[in-house]
Amino acid sequence: MKRIWINEEFCIGCRLCEVHCIVAHSKSKKILKAFKDEAVRAQAAVCVEEHGYVSFALQCRHCKDAPCLAACMTGAMSRDPNTGAVLHDEEKCVGCWMCVMVCPFGVTKPDHEKHKIASKCDLCDGKPACVEHCPNEALVYEDRDETSGK
Amino acid sequence: MKQAENKAEYVIIGNSVAGIAAIEAIRKRDKNSRILVITREPAKAYSRPMISYYLGGKVSIRPMMYRNSSFYRDMKIDLVGETEITAINSKDKVLTAADGQLFGYNKLLIATGGTPIMPAIKGAKVKGVFNFTTFADAEAIKEYVEEEHVNEVVILGAGLIGLKAAEALMALKKKVIIVELADRILATTFDKKASSIIEKSLAKQGCEIVLRDSISQIISDKGKVSEIELVSGRHIEAQIAVIAVGVRPYTDLVKSSPVKLNRGIIVDSAMLTSEADIYSAGDVAEGPDFFGTGNIVLVIWPDASRQGTIAGTNMAGGSAVYGGGLAMNSVELAGVPTVSVGKTDPQEEGYEILEKADLKNSFYKKLVFKDDVLVGAILVGRIDRAGIYTGLIKDRISTSAFKKDLLSDDFGVISLPRDYRKHMVSESDVPIMQS
Repeated sequence: MKRIWINEEFCIGCRLCEVHCIVAHSKSKKILKAFKDEAVRAQAAVCVEEHGYVSFALQCRHCKDAPCLAACMTGAMSRDPNTGAVLHDEEKCVGCWMCVMVCPFGVTKPDHEKHKIASKCDLCDGKPACVEHCPNEALVYEDRDETSGK
Repeated sequence: MKQAENKAEYVIIGNSVAGIAAIEAIRKRDKNSRILVITREPAKAYSRPMISYYLGGKVSIRPMMYRNSSFYRDMKIDLVGETEITAINSKDKVLTAADGQLFGYNKLLIATGGTPIMPAIKGAKVKGVFNFTTFADAEAIKEYVEEEHVNEVVILGAGLIGLKAAEALMALKKKVIIVELADRILATTFDKKASSIIEKSLAKQGCEIVLRDSISQIISDKGKVSEIELVSGRHIEAQIAVIAVGVRPYTDLVKSSPVKLNRGIIVDSAMLTSEADIYSAGDVAEGPDFFGTGNIVLVIWPDASRQGTIAGTNMAGGSAVYGGGLAMNSVELAGVPTVSVGKTDPQEEGYEILEKADLKNSFYKKLVFKDDVLVGAILVGRIDRAGIYTGLIKDRISTSAFKKDLLSDDFGVISLPRDYRKHMVSESDVPIMQS
């Protein structure tokens, strides 16, 4: 399947991916409105990790054998049969944090206010905003041979 | 021998998470063969852990359904409800139900789950005494609470079920007293510090916890619970007693069959029992332990799902292997989220412990290592990236190069060695970085 790949060497830590993830999941889809007017702003599903000179943007890996799917006790996590993306149904989520406990990347994050899993990467219906707005190709969205494990 | 008219390639006994995961795995490989699901319960699969949310009034029935309403149709399942299988004839591959019905199978999955342990308590056979493991239990308690104007509740057992029952009844504004035989709550998954944080938070919300004690007698008035007598001699006025001292694998149906049994049904890493073509998964099964110390019955949701997937895959001709059961739990109590994974409180020598605590602010983080490999973790208060620890435990990698970073507040994937994070394999087997 098509995945978001990370080039940590290219990441400059600008966090534009986070900004545009929030915009893409806002009501208005407009950057100013999303940040100035929308009271409950979506949490970014992509998160830049930074340590000294190293940084990279990390979002749900949509694992082939996703531990969150097995752990989810409500059925809120499901696999999109067409795209292969792991999706999250906020209405079913009760915030039991089982997925938080098992995600090896630590990318399913709790929203303690709403008591639900915070917006989880949905691959933006095949056009990930974080990738589109990455100025340095530190994020790439493509289908590639994964058998080598690289 | 009577022949079963009602035959299926796959028969699954039990309709909770292990059974559902098996169905999904079978249908990935075999789209058409008949699958028959037989369950003691009346309805389609609901999420058992959700019963506390239901009782507490946090969710309605619909969100409790584990799969959407078209699931059984989409998966081409014949569902037989309210039917209890009482005997398995593994030679002729025939199942007998309590009402005399016969079912034939080619591949069988036993996923009957657990059943509450009911200690012998004097006077317990009266109205107002409940278990808390099924939707029917939650409904019955809900009804009783309303009709009998219940104000005080005694819960026996401070494990997960007891505590979740306590939380739900506190949400209904009942005075809750928890009685636990051990010296702390959640004794099997927590250590003393973690338990004490939750005990304090529960107390703050008005819940009383009585440790090192038990119920000696239930006193009733007109056939209904009116008072609880503890072993210590204390009397507590209460209209409900919830007995939550644990569950045992529901194995009654295999007792007359050659299927090997210990505490649970013994399975190998393919989820196969001692008998050909009979598999078992979930809370009823006793499978290999993650740490290689033998077999264990693990009563946790993610593991039941994993086992069901493995059983289903193998029943349909695949070759999936179970990596061993790793105890883990995520539970939020009195507003404090917690996660515990693996060996959280080893008593033997040879373990290294790193920890950090701010008990006043309900924060505690404990990491347990054996020869530099992370083998257990407890997180209380802040659990946001807990899964990274779980992944490290599952991958059994040496943490010697970054051990000290594991306790830091901004710990993340970036704290892991470059090579490891680039090829994070864990269970997910997904490459993370390019080049």
